[in-house]
Amino acid sequence: MTTWIPSQMTAALPEVFLAIATMALLMIGAYRGNSHTRTIGWFAVAVLLVAGGLVAGTAASPGSAFGGMFVADTFARFAKFLVLIGSALAVVLSVAYIEREEMARFEYPILFLFATIGMMMMISANDLIALYVGLELQSLALYVAAAFRRDSLRSSEAGLKYFVLGALSSGMLLYGASLVYGFAGTTSFTGIAKVLATGTGNTGALVGLVFITAGLAFKVSAVPFHMWTPDVYEGAPTSVTAFFAIAPKIAAMALFIRVLVGPFAPLTAQWQQVVVFLAVLSMALGAFAAINQTNIKRLMAYSSIGNVGYMLVGLAAGTEAGVRGVLIYLLIYLAMTAGTFACILAMRVHGRAVEELDDLKGLGRTRPAMALALAVFMFSMAGIPPLAGFFGKLYVFLAAVQAGMYVLAVFGVLASVVAAFYYLRIVKLMYFDEPADTFDRLLGREIGVVLTVTGLFIAFFFVFPAPMLAAASAAAKSLFPG
Amino acid sequence: MILQAAAFYLFASIVIAAGVMVIASRNPVHSVLFLILAFFNAAGLFVFMGAEFLAFILVIVYVGAVAVLFLFVVMMLNINFAELRQGFLQYLPVGMLVGVILLVELVFIIGTWVTAPEAAGLLAAKTPALAEVTNTEALGRVLYTKYVYLFQAAGLVLLVAMVGAIVLTLRARPGVKRQKVFDQISRTRDDAVEVKDVPVGKGV
Repeated sequence: MTTWIPSQMTAALPEVFLAIATMALLMIGAYRGNSHTRTIGWFAVAVLLVAGGLVAGTAASPGSAFGGMFVADTFARFAKFLVLIGSALAVVLSVAYIEREEMARFEYPILFLFATIGMMMMISANDLIALYVGLELQSLALYVAAAFRRDSLRSSEAGLKYFVLGALSSGMLLYGASLVYGFAGTTSFTGIAKVLATGTGNTGALVGLVFITAGLAFKVSAVPFHMWTPDVYEGAPTSVTAFFAIAPKIAAMALFIRVLVGPFAPLTAQWQQVVVFLAVLSMALGAFAAINQTNIKRLMAYSSIGNVGYMLVGLAAGTEAGVRGVLIYLLIYLAMTAGTFACILAMRVHGRAVEELDDLKGLGRTRPAMALALAVFMFSMAGIPPLAGFFGKLYVFLAAVQAGMYVLAVFGVLASVVAAFYYLRIVKLMYFDEPADTFDRLLGREIGVVLTVTGLFIAFFFVFPAPMLAAASAAAKSLFPG
Repeated sequence: MILQAAAFYLFASIVIAAGVMVIASRNPVHSVLFLILAFFNAAGLFVFMGAEFLAFILVIVYVGAVAVLFLFVVMMLNINFAELRQGFLQYLPVGMLVGVILLVELVFIIGTWVTAPEAAGLLAAKTPALAEVTNTEALGRVLYTKYVYLFQAAGLVLLVAMVGAIVLTLRARPGVKRQKVFDQISRTRDDAVEVKDVPVGKGV
């Protein structure tokens, strides 16, 4: 009985803190009722930020806990910090929105917190069972969040669709995990890497790996496992969609990287083919399918599919530079998506939320500040220098070129040219079309603050990128020992 | 030894008979009750194999929760089972074919079963000998030590499931009369009784 002692728990301190704080908030909510949703929301933001502080502060030495099932290395710290910031932004954006839409129930921020705990467990997973439990904790909270407005047909449909397809993908992942366990004889990532390095049973493990990859591709919504994304993004309440687009994407991508680069490193040549396939299809679909969209939430869904494609280009390289590129991309994606969704949440006419692209017409004249911010995000997503989005793409494509994947890199550049069309169309609608109805005044100050911060980050990333690049490099390095 | 064998054959034959009755009985409620009978006898078989923990779980989880849930479902949903059974004979040959193929595949697999000699050494948590500890104790030894992380995480998953079920289904319905004990016992005569002065011969 020497496997677990409390001092090991320091490695998991942020998770333990977050779990206890979430349950405390749940108790407060259960006794105080829905009238205190706003208070609980702000407490949730504070809890997430404190957890972010703990992640940044305490885990200075990489450690593992709970018999090696949980690992807190530099990579995990970087990804967790992004996830916590993303979740905090999503809660900040939600607080006023859920009140205005009359869905302010205290469980809303609590579910976000639970999902965040699941994401942190996914990022730190060093065992197939830990991976699965973390993933289910996150997914279960997200299914409920998607159906949160249960009186709305579209929201219930989104929740149900997400649940059924999510259960299917979990099944595939579990099947793959059981095959890997069967052939490797252990669920520990360290053990799997050791067994695979000897080259025995690799064919069977490879079949398992394909299934695991399919399950994870569903979670990051890479083509051809993307079908749920547009419907769920459109149907779920907008503030929930914002959360979906930000935090779970980061966590699932980090998990994807950890699984492929960690235990399955000996099979790199094999999984590279699968990831290249996913990347090419995602970039192509993200670029072409978004052109015809008129609903901005659906557009953002296809845009996120495309963005996942670019991230997978970095992963496909399978090198330290590739992982570094993906991490930088995730950081920039976080800021761009949070900012864009802040704009979408501010789209209200006569007290009603609107989400058609045509509603943005003439925004440059009616709301110049918001139009400027949205234009910055759109130019950045299109990858126009010197905005941050350009650097995100630059590093992943650079990694692909260094790994000798010229065709993939060229394809990525071409896809981003096509995608630029619909990003720039939004800018055109805002500045060159006759104004439609003026939007209502912003709900509270939060949206304005988020817009300003993310907008400034995206616009001036190029001035002082060194600390973030260094952090991403250190994070990527921790995944590649020696 | 004879007694053990007799008990084994008793349990086993009841499991099979109950299993047949689950699909054969006309009334779906009877089917569920036969299913429960099958679970109980399967639990008896587990006890014979020294797997008392599985026997408990089978009775507690499957009989106590799952089968009761089934019972609720078949009683509350008005499913027309006669309609579902239509075409049973029509699909029987295909069903038999699939069954036979599965059986043959199983025989092939079990016939060529090999275990790598190193496999036993790779087990994450080795099973102690049955003579030393019961398997409930063996599970308890690793569940709260080696696997405490997963145990707690699974607890969180269940908590989320509960919160989710409440969020999605609980609604405050207006006009429902509830018993409020405090309000009821703190009623006084003045709240409840009104004395009216009714003139004689006029009525109320």
